[in-house]
Amino acid sequence: MSKRVRRRYLALKVVCEEPVNGRDVMGAIWNAVLQLFGEYGASQASLSLIEFDPQKNCAVVRCSHTALEMVRASLASVTEINEKPTVIQVLGVSGTLRALRKKALLQG
Amino acid sequence: MRRFVDLRLRPSINDPDQVEGMARKASELGYRLVGIPLPPNVTRDKVDQLQRICSDAKIDFVTRMDLTPKTPGELLQDLRRFRRRFEITSVTCTSRRVARQAAKDRRVDLLLFPATDLHKRFFDHAEAELASKALSCLEIEMAPLLSLSGFSRIRLLSRLQREVAIAKRLNVPVAISSGVTNEYLMRRPHDYAALATLFDMPTPHALRALSEDPLAIVKRNRKKLSPDYVAPGILVVRRKTGV
Repeated sequence: MSKRVRRRYLALKVVCEEPVNGRDVMGAIWNAVLQLFGEYGASQASLSLIEFDPQKNCAVVRCSHTALEMVRASLASVTEINEKPTVIQVLGVSGTLRALRKKALLQG
Repeated sequence: MRRFVDLRLRPSINDPDQVEGMARKASELGYRLVGIPLPPNVTRDKVDQLQRICSDAKIDFVTRMDLTPKTPGELLQDLRRFRRRFEITSVTCTSRRVARQAAKDRRVDLLLFPATDLHKRFFDHAEAELASKALSCLEIEMAPLLSLSGFSRIRLLSRLQREVAIAKRLNVPVAISSGVTNEYLMRRPHDYAALATLFDMPTPHALRALSEDPLAIVKRNRKKLSPDYVAPGILVVRRKTGV
């Protein structure tokens, strides 16, 4: 029997001077992962965008639980999107979407 | 709960708006204490103003002096003149002789090495041994990791891996600070801890380097600067109130 894949969901807040979309955000994250950990590292991250709220500039991304630190480091290293200074803040991390939403609600 | 510390925020101290913005941001990101490098000739009014701004932002403020002496003699002279005016003393070591002198001097709290000129990073075994005896701390700035890219970042990471390994072997405490000059480079403590894994620093150690280790320096120095302090282990507990 194969072992269940463990995942981590990250709630993110994107602080940028210009409006951005989910595609731009994921592009910047992939670039950062590739720059820091290369193609092999990126292949292990299992990164995907779950949702993006353009009004609040908040996103939820999913990654493999073994790659969490790698993804956090890559998120911290993002300094610009579309050549505009940008910060991607991690608001919370959780093993399930439901718990993540609860956490994000608690944080306001 | 952990109290996170950023000992090196670098706003322009002549721009109160920038100081306020960065202090508020630091507080929002989860820091409870920030250090701002000040010039040795800073006035008491300026320090009070910074103190007020930080206290409005609900964050503790620590005064810090960054020395960049050219010779060991200049370092000793600066330490004699300014040491007691600031809570934290950091030395940016630009030559091996200055680095050795700074490492063995108990008045120096933090050893900082240039991030871009790797030939001037003198933190080796000998330096670490001296630092460990004098209770000095190796300071690692994170801003260059964010601003550099490509080959220069690779070389910096590889140097930091070596320095962190040496510091661990010889029990030299490490302090991680941001060294940022604008809000866009400020990150949460856990993000810095994640970045520290790039130079082989496990997350628990990195979190300690962002909280307990720098906090211990601040506590020790505040105690030393208090009027009741006489010598290590000797404190004034009561003063005679008139005869």
